[in-house]
Amino acid sequence: MNQPIRLTVNGELVTAAVAPRQHLADFLRETLGLTGTHIGCEHGVCGACSVRLDGAVVRGCLVYAVQADGARVDTIEGVSDSGEIADLQAAFATRNALQCGYCTPGMLLAAQELLLVNAAPDRETIRDRLSGNYCRCTGYHAIVDAVEATARARAEAKR
Amino acid sequence: MSEGLSPLDRPNSYIGRAVPRPNLARLLQGRGLYVSDMTLPRMVHVAFVRSPYAHARIAGIDAGAARTAPGVVAVVTGAELAEVCTPWVGVLTHMKGLKSAPQHAIAVDRACWVGEAVAAVVATTRAEAEDAAALVEVSYEELPVVADMEAALAPDAPAIHPDLGDNLAFERKLDAGDVEAAFASADAVAQAEFVFGRHTGVTLEARAMLADWNPGEQRLTVYQGTQAPHMMQNIIAKHLGLEETQVRVVCKDVGGSFGVKVHVYADEMATAALARMLRRPVKYVADRVESFLTDIHARDHRCKGRIAVNRQGDILAFEIDDLTAIGPYSMYPRTSAIEANQVVNLVGGPYKTPNYRARARVAFTNRNVMCQYRAVGHPIACSVTEGLVDLAAREIGMDPVEIRRRNLLPDDSYPAQSASGMKFEALSHHAALDKLVAMMNYPALRAEQTDLRAKGIYRGVGLASFIEVTNPSAAFYGVGGARISSQDGASVRLDAQGAVVCHASVTEQGQGTEAILAQVVASAVGATLDKVRIILGDTDHTPYGGGTWASRAAGIGGEAAWRAGVALRENILKVAGVMLQADPSALDITEGQVIDATGQARVGLDEIARVVYFRPDTLPADFQAELIATRHYAPKAYPFAFTNGVQASWLEVDIKTGFIRLLGHWVVEDCGRILNPQLVDEQIRGGVVQGLGAALFEKCEYDARAQMLNANMADYLVPMASETPDIQIGHIETPTADSMLGAKGAGEAGTAGAAAAVVNAVNDALSPFGVRLAEIPLTPELVLKALGVVL
Amino acid sequence: MKSAAFDYVRPGTLEQALQILSERAEGARVLAGGQSLAPALNLRLAAPELLVDIGGLAQFRYIEEGADALRIGALTRHVDVERSEIVARRCPLLSRAIAHVAHPAIRNRGTLGGSLALADPAAELPACMLALDAVIHVAGPGGERRIAARDFFQGVFETALRPGEVLTGVEIGGLGPDRTYGFAELSRRRGDFAIVGLALAARRSSTALSDVRLAFFGVADRPVLARAAASALGAGDMSAARAALATDLKPVSDAQASSAMRLHLAGVLLERAFNETLEASA
Repeated sequence: MNQPIRLTVNGELVTAAVAPRQHLADFLRETLGLTGTHIGCEHGVCGACSVRLDGAVVRGCLVYAVQADGARVDTIEGVSDSGEIADLQAAFATRNALQCGYCTPGMLLAAQELLLVNAAPDRETIRDRLSGNYCRCTGYHAIVDAVEATARARAEAKR
Repeated sequence: MSEGLSPLDRPNSYIGRAVPRPNLARLLQGRGLYVSDMTLPRMVHVAFVRSPYAHARIAGIDAGAARTAPGVVAVVTGAELAEVCTPWVGVLTHMKGLKSAPQHAIAVDRACWVGEAVAAVVATTRAEAEDAAALVEVSYEELPVVADMEAALAPDAPAIHPDLGDNLAFERKLDAGDVEAAFASADAVAQAEFVFGRHTGVTLEARAMLADWNPGEQRLTVYQGTQAPHMMQNIIAKHLGLEETQVRVVCKDVGGSFGVKVHVYADEMATAALARMLRRPVKYVADRVESFLTDIHARDHRCKGRIAVNRQGDILAFEIDDLTAIGPYSMYPRTSAIEANQVVNLVGGPYKTPNYRARARVAFTNRNVMCQYRAVGHPIACSVTEGLVDLAAREIGMDPVEIRRRNLLPDDSYPAQSASGMKFEALSHHAALDKLVAMMNYPALRAEQTDLRAKGIYRGVGLASFIEVTNPSAAFYGVGGARISSQDGASVRLDAQGAVVCHASVTEQGQGTEAILAQVVASAVGATLDKVRIILGDTDHTPYGGGTWASRAAGIGGEAAWRAGVALRENILKVAGVMLQADPSALDITEGQVIDATGQARVGLDEIARVVYFRPDTLPADFQAELIATRHYAPKAYPFAFTNGVQASWLEVDIKTGFIRLLGHWVVEDCGRILNPQLVDEQIRGGVVQGLGAALFEKCEYDARAQMLNANMADYLVPMASETPDIQIGHIETPTADSMLGAKGAGEAGTAGAAAAVVNAVNDALSPFGVRLAEIPLTPELVLKALGVVL
Repeated sequence: MKSAAFDYVRPGTLEQALQILSERAEGARVLAGGQSLAPALNLRLAAPELLVDIGGLAQFRYIEEGADALRIGALTRHVDVERSEIVARRCPLLSRAIAHVAHPAIRNRGTLGGSLALADPAAELPACMLALDAVIHVAGPGGERRIAARDFFQGVFETALRPGEVLTGVEIGGLGPDRTYGFAELSRRRGDFAIVGLALAARRSSTALSDVRLAFFGVADRPVLARAAASALGAGDMSAARAALATDLKPVSDAQASSAMRLHLAGVLLERAFNETLEASA
């Protein structure tokens, strides 16, 4: 039976009735039309469905929408529109750190969380913290470059 | 200004520059549009009931419970679907002797691999379709299973398709020069059996199709993540009994393809057929388990190889005997014999050795279907060749760089031909090797290796020279009867505000086709990049062409766009000549402005467009402007534009655990004229990492009953960020004279040589132990067994 | 693949959760972080009728230190342990181990209690609890129980939890300045389950290790204490300790590694974890 939920998605209050089995990524994509959250495996391995739930990046396929009742959810559309990761997105573009773009929303959210936790990660740390996000196209080198460049630019800007 | 002017010489050329891709901003904001994102009114979802057996007769299907389950629209069996979709046979006439059996979109009376669809369930949501699929009761009678390639060719093996007589799908033999004499005269002979795991593409977006039959128009619109829209249009029309004009294939953003999405899949044909049957949009998005069970697999070769060498280090002969198994059907329409055929074509290819003997056999088994995946045949040919070359060097105590320098085709020896008959216009093996040795500082790595060995740390260097087939002509498929176009087209027009719009038949899979075409068109026309818009992937609108495969989009599609752009520039200059009362040949276009011989800007493209479109009355009565130009291009001088390059791997083997840590990887590649250096580099890096996956991680594991054991992302291992090294890339540029741009392909070079370099590096690291590994993926267990640490 | 349909409740108190579980023992599953349960559901490997989501019971998300003990609530997320100054100071073995649990996004959501209650034999945290001789707290219809870690893990995905019981937290005792730890694991890729892993806990005197506890994971149907090897290590004899592993462990064979390879790797990890304790004292 569908259950009512209320949550805040990208700053907007959303109410809906959801089937308990519907995971958050499907809810965002199918009910709200937020298709920037992608689905790659639906068993928690690939990271394409990453979203922020109450500020922490989680796998959208491993959280059911009913569990997000009362929560705050941020998707790639939200953090793009707010400008929060504009510099990171620009660094990805400059470095061509994406090809097909399917992993990119999840990769960006994971990278942003890394930079919030660790402002000056070395390349090995970047690779470690992104190790749960699958990219089949780039070979990762360019992604590491883009994250490293963003960290450096943010440190410069603070100085 | 002449048409033959090199693109590099043109003022304001974007050729050779790392311009940003126009589609990135959208993808970075999650605003792409993949097939899996799309919805249409009245859309329903299909889930397939798939065989749990590798080989079984379908004795009966009871869909009663499924038909009445919530949300179910239809349950369709193979026999029912066969009434609207005819079967196909994956053969080509130029692959002599290749045989296969008719394959249906849904199995009719027999399932031939685990995962083959035996019924379709259509429902209002995917979840409901899956619920109901679990209620379909299929009675199976198990049949004998042909589980692996050796068993398939055993004399008493049951034929999977009795009508075909046996399980040998294809065999090719080649004998060039005098192999017997070469081996007889050799100072040393080395041999090995090279084993390649069966792996798969693992596109992050699974295969997806949304098919929409409109009975009012009698037209089927198919939204598909595909590499070859026109090929799909032809095939769908042919097997659904439609004219091609009744089928429109639209390709929006594609979440990775790598060759996986250039084939005709039974479940996708079923989806198109279901849309026609049900007269409404039907969506199919493979789930990840379905991807592993039904996306094409590749490689899975066992190749015995021998090499003959003399004391001076001259390679005298290569000999191989290759065996592979392709599943129960040859894939349609490209066939599954191509990979083995390529192995025969490519082994020994970088070297001047004229003596070469080869046999390749392709067997049917009851595993998932196999077909062309990135760098078809190349990783096998390269690993065998380069593995043998290193073994030969070791036999005679020669450095791996030195033996390559002695034997690679000299850079001044072109045009040349390989022992297998491959024609090379111009390659640069020696320049590439010299550059690689300098980039990686080979002597320093050797010194480091020696120092660390004394401390019990085992590092190794591995090299792999390679050639790559790109820009294929009709020799690949067209001559064999497949309606797969080897030519491509581009149509370039000036818009009313002076912007340039290009429709092209090649497609974007993320490799950067839009950017390449934009910079080619901008350079050819003389427009600024921001005024160029590229439109791809729609059979209703683009010129006819082959799409993206075999590293052809830039070299062939780019050349068509260049020629169309040049033609449009001439057309624009005719208008300008009339407007300015000047000789068009004395004018040029740069940065969106028509300039005269002094470089003075005379009129903008926006003004020319305004006059042509809104004030044609001001132009002479006998003058008609044409602000659109279409050109096509197919390579003609050579069957393929071969590229070349060399890779090196630097790694450490933990002799206690068998774990391999990749420390560095270098590639020097020659793809002819480089249109966009950043995109070339990133194609190579991505390709390398897929090759590293093959070398160390990726393998579809099957048991004796042909059940796939690791059909999920947790158990099928691909390299992730932490397992991957930084990859340094260098270039040599030897343009092809077959086109004006001179660009060859770059999409597969990375995958071609990466695994060979890694295996050679592991053997180099472990050379103090006399270890000679020739099997990939190189698991810790294989390493420890080779070291004798575990049995 | 989509999960089969299920019902869902989010009780506001532990008592309510226990009440629901006692009424719906058959077919109900406790949902904590869901990082292992949801994949199983989405792959239709499991199809419970009801998920009882205890994720909202905030009182079970805590990390507390006592004089010689550390108490961690069942709903404490891996990321909480990873970032905890208390854990880093009082029980660094957990800080070391937690970094090997999957990937950041999983650690943001997965819970300590969930990992222990799942009892994956290749998981890090059950082995750590065994090495630390932790006591696992559970609550059920019959009241509360305290179960030693060595008694708690009983097989592949099998524990001493009875129907209707919920894991509420762990207590790790005997902590003090003389404690020393080692941790090592071998997984094919960063974040993968280990082929073999080892959590080592001991007391350190000026001359030797005592109270050595070696908990291996990925070798059997549950984490295993290598007792003979531990006593040899306490006697300072590494080669005897490595040899003793052959009697302590009867490793499983699977697609990842043969039994013999696991046994060999266990010996390598033993040396590496032991060396880590030496480095810590240096």
